[in-house]
Amino acid sequence: MRANPADYELKSPGTLNGVLSLLAEAPGQWTPIAGGTEIMVQFGTGRMTQRQFVNIFGLPELTAISITPESIRIGAGVTYTAIRNHAEIGEALPLLAKAASWTGSLANQNRGTLGGNIVNGSPAADSPPALLVYEATVDLISVRGTRSIPYAGFHTGYKKSALAPDELVLAITILRPAAGLRQYLRKVGTRNAMAISKVALAGVATLDGETLRNPRVAIASVYHSPYRCLKTEALLADATVSPKLIAEARAALIAEIAPLDDIRSTARYRTQVSANLLEEFLLSLRSNAEESAS
Amino acid sequence: MAEIHLTINGQSHTLDAPPMARLLDVLRHDLGLTGTKEGCGEGECGACSVILDGVLVNSCLVPILQANGATICTIEGVAQDGQLHPVQQSFLKHGGAQCGICTPGMTLAALQILEKNPHPSLDEIKEGLSGNLCRCTGYQKIFEAVHKTYAETAK
Ligand SMILES: Cc1cc2nc3c(=O)[nH]c(=O)nc-3n(C[C@H](O)[C@H](O)[C@H](O)COP(=O)(O)OP(=O)(O)OC[C@H]3O[C@@H](n4cnc5c(N)ncnc54)[C@H](O)[C@@H]3O)c2cc1C
Ligand code: FES
Ligand code: FES
Repeated sequence: MRANPADYELKSPGTLNGVLSLLAEAPGQWTPIAGGTEIMVQFGTGRMTQRQFVNIFGLPELTAISITPESIRIGAGVTYTAIRNHAEIGEALPLLAKAASWTGSLANQNRGTLGGNIVNGSPAADSPPALLVYEATVDLISVRGTRSIPYAGFHTGYKKSALAPDELVLAITILRPAAGLRQYLRKVGTRNAMAISKVALAGVATLDGETLRNPRVAIASVYHSPYRCLKTEALLADATVSPKLIAEARAALIAEIAPLDDIRSTARYRTQVSANLLEEFLLSLRSNAEESAS
Repeated sequence: MAEIHLTINGQSHTLDAPPMARLLDVLRHDLGLTGTKEGCGEGECGACSVILDGVLVNSCLVPILQANGATICTIEGVAQDGQLHPVQQSFLKHGGAQCGICTPGMTLAALQILEKNPHPSLDEIKEGLSGNLCRCTGYQKIFEAVHKTYAETAK
């Protein structure tokens, strides 16, 4: 059944303080709507149980991108198009720019926001593996003040998060990667632009001669939320890429993610593809090419 | 109800609508601009594409309150003074339209591509149209129409 819009409320206070006060009046009653590319889909099909919405799209505090020598801070309301158009993000954080370019059609990228992607909490979403390997921090704001948490601690279960009912995600901050960080991101799915990813793997590492330093690996779609592969990382840390290491890393990854696998596509298939992507990432580290892989 | 102000194809409109009404429904039902089509209603097909403050959006996913004060171009605003836009002429010439349901959205998406680059590459065309589905043409004639829009008017 199509929703009847007259049954729903939408307010647009127009300022961040106005939105935060409304959220604080009755925590949990008002649902923020940013680009609406998740909310309006549910609304359109009549599956939306929430009735009261507050517009946050375009609020200046949420759409700022601030660059310092140390970090890049992206407002939660920044659209994928703005991420893609930002030269410094493209240069320093190519994995995020690439994920943005995958997130649906250009029309979708013109509205969809990074904050909406993480709060929506799909385990298959495109940006989270990049945010995990970049060790992003999430700034949250309410009338009570602001706080920062590691993005790795943001998701607490399937579609559950550390966000309090009166809070908004304000921004996502990423420390500028060290010069020479090797960066990799690849997704294997049925249709690049439109399908929610089936498997995606992000990997970064620095090379110290032949030795891997600070390797970080994250995968979409294998857990209740985007997943950082700490056990596989531990095996890779301070190791040298060799056929033996690749075999061990594949086995470690499969052991680490197989029990987590649920929903979409068959577990076996996805585990194998994840191992193949990990192998491709490790092989890309061996090549002498200066620029980051894939 | 909310009082909404819109500038559509150069004309200003003021109307009352439930703030969660979809821009698509306001265009079609309140304003009679039925050139904007509804396919999926879920952001997948692009039949409802319009240009909102200069950028392509799916009007089925925009609640009208978010469009308050905006300047919108719909397919009805593409032809000027009874003259089809070059991209529309190119669609006609190259068979880029069959049943026509996707055509308004395709045309607006094509305009966005051509605005950035009047001589787009095939990859740019494919990416720019990736959110617009067509069940009739098999896309090749649409790509060709966009590709040749300005190539041919230059002659
Ligand atoms: C056709 C189509 C294709 C898509 N393809 C992809 C894809 O390939 N990959 C992918 O990852 N996603 C995809 N998506 C999903 C969607 O576009 C993204 O998840 C997008 O980032 C959502 O952002 P939004 O601003 O539109 O969210 P909204 O719909 O506005 O909000 C989503 C949720 O986040 C909450 N929220 C939003 N912003 C904040 C904030 N600042 N603070 C607190 N809560 C907030 C809302 O309350 C809501 O619960 C697709 C969607 C469509 C319709
Ligand atoms: S009707 Fe809006 S995208 Fe299909
Ligand atoms: S011409 Fe029929 S859907 Fe494209």
